[in-house]
Amino acid sequence: MSHTETQQSAGRAKGRAYAIAASIASFLVIVVTTYLGLLAVTFFIGRVVPIDPVLAIVGDRAPAHVMDRVREEMGLNLPYYQQFFLYVKGVLSGDFGTSVLTTNPVMTDIRRVFPATMELATVGTLIGVAFGIPLGVLAAVKRGSWADQIVRVIGLFGYSIPIFWLGLLALLVFYARLGWTAGPGRIDVVFEYTFTPITGFYLLDAVLNRDWAAFRDIFAHIILPATLLGYFSLAYISRMTRSFMLNELHQEYIVAARAKGLSERRIIWGHALRNAGVPLITVIALSYAGLLEGSVLTESVFAWPGLGLYITNSLQNADMNAVLGGTIVIGSVFIAINLLSDVLYRMLDPRTRAR
Amino acid sequence: MSKLLEVEDLRVSFPTRTGLVQAVRGVSFSLGKERLGIVGESGSGKSQTGRAIMGLTAETAQITAKKLDFNGIDLLKASPAQRRAMRGKRIAMILQDPKYSLNPVMTIGRQIVEALRAHERIGGAEARRRALEMLAAVQIRDPERVFNLYPHEVSGGMGQRAMIAMMLVAGPELLIADEPTSALDVTVQLEVLGILNRLVAERGMGLIFVSHDLRLVSSFCDRVIVMYAGRIVEELPASRLAQAEHPYTRGLLNCMPKIGADRHPLPVLDRKPEWAL
Repeated sequence: MSHTETQQSAGRAKGRAYAIAASIASFLVIVVTTYLGLLAVTFFIGRVVPIDPVLAIVGDRAPAHVMDRVREEMGLNLPYYQQFFLYVKGVLSGDFGTSVLTTNPVMTDIRRVFPATMELATVGTLIGVAFGIPLGVLAAVKRGSWADQIVRVIGLFGYSIPIFWLGLLALLVFYARLGWTAGPGRIDVVFEYTFTPITGFYLLDAVLNRDWAAFRDIFAHIILPATLLGYFSLAYISRMTRSFMLNELHQEYIVAARAKGLSERRIIWGHALRNAGVPLITVIALSYAGLLEGSVLTESVFAWPGLGLYITNSLQNADMNAVLGGTIVIGSVFIAINLLSDVLYRMLDPRTRAR
Repeated sequence: MSKLLEVEDLRVSFPTRTGLVQAVRGVSFSLGKERLGIVGESGSGKSQTGRAIMGLTAETAQITAKKLDFNGIDLLKASPAQRRAMRGKRIAMILQDPKYSLNPVMTIGRQIVEALRAHERIGGAEARRRALEMLAAVQIRDPERVFNLYPHEVSGGMGQRAMIAMMLVAGPELLIADEPTSALDVTVQLEVLGILNRLVAERGMGLIFVSHDLRLVSSFCDRVIVMYAGRIVEELPASRLAQAEHPYTRGLLNCMPKIGADRHPLPVLDRKPEWAL
């Protein structure tokens, strides 16, 4: 290699390193801004808008000097910008305050309940993806056929049936009448003292503990709510898959793939779905985030001890620290999932990669 | 000369909400190892003729012909699997715009390898070697580099060369080029045509060159078919284009500007309804 070539390639490597650094920097700016926005919104909703948190602690019969003392102890007499600063500082060090309802630090509570929600949403999304994508592909390929109609009806039901109704019905049929699945909750009381959570994801914990009886029981508990959430996510994913696939199947490169003599299977799964998969990443990520934050109703129906149930209970008891903590966790996860989907998007679509 | 392709009374029609649309209405021609140009305006049925031969017409279309014969194989009676096996391997097609006709999320190399491995049971290394050879044959200077590029990373001319490589890699006997240079810059057009011409001659392929560009076709092909409203209105050797008799062809030739002559305004076609009968 000649001297100038070495210099050139060194220059190119430098340019690439600079481009990567710039994209990481802009990435960080986006994360920080989004996160500050999230904190500001939750702070003002939680502190400025609702009932007086002092009242929730001391009760409405406490004398004025007690109320003032508590207010000072909580820092509520400070100007809002100072309160916000303290709040951000607390959140950044993982301190969401103490829950009035459970008397635990909110962080401890969330560490307990969030894995339950995440496990349910993950299994639900897996079900939604495993069935939604093939159904959407089928509907697009057989467009206008009875198969397409059936997939559309399935999707329509998933969109329009309220989840609490379907949940109660499912419990009635599969638990009460047929006895195929376990009832509400995550795990049977029998296992309460023998089962030790490690990660908080019970299915995983059971595998780690090699406790197959517990695994079966946990599976019997999660399958009904997860299938239900999976059905809702399936409705969304199959619809979007169908429309993305129809779009791809009309592209010229599909004609070219046929002209090469490729099999239909390869054209559909290898070429069209590979392209449709790029926007689908965003759809799946949004649906997953939606299940994480929106499983409040499902958790109530199935008495699932997750974040949704925790926030609902806290909200009904004016436990603002807990509500805010839960909201921030959900918001953070939402941001994280969106970033992850951006990264995946870049990996799947060479056109968006930084060069 | 032995006949590669014989087409007799080919008709392609599409049922639509407002009735049957006849895109091709009784086209007949035969082709040896020669370069046949099909010219015509948009909607004249020239592209649909090419797609019917490929077997790439939309599923709803109705195709009939007294004869649609490729090397002794009756294409209309061939099963879908037989036709698929022929596509790419014996009859291939080059599409108009490489920006859309190459899969955007697959490297150029993989797309060529895939075309080869759809028809031949060969290993990855062997397929790669042949793909690189093919890229070199379409005069890509740095095949190793282009092999690993994505379609958006190459120019239009380079993309169309990759397209030619992809379609010729399995060694077809007949090539249908559907407006292969219409999306390219004029200077690149000549380059790509030169490559195409050389490969067709070297490999002894038959070529159907579909275009709307009368002059390009006449300089590039041995024989020219002029289509109008789904029919052939005139067929003549390319060298005798100037002696065309049909008023449509004459009209088209008359519309062209001449270098050095000041023709204002340029004449336009005066369409006669009887042409479309």
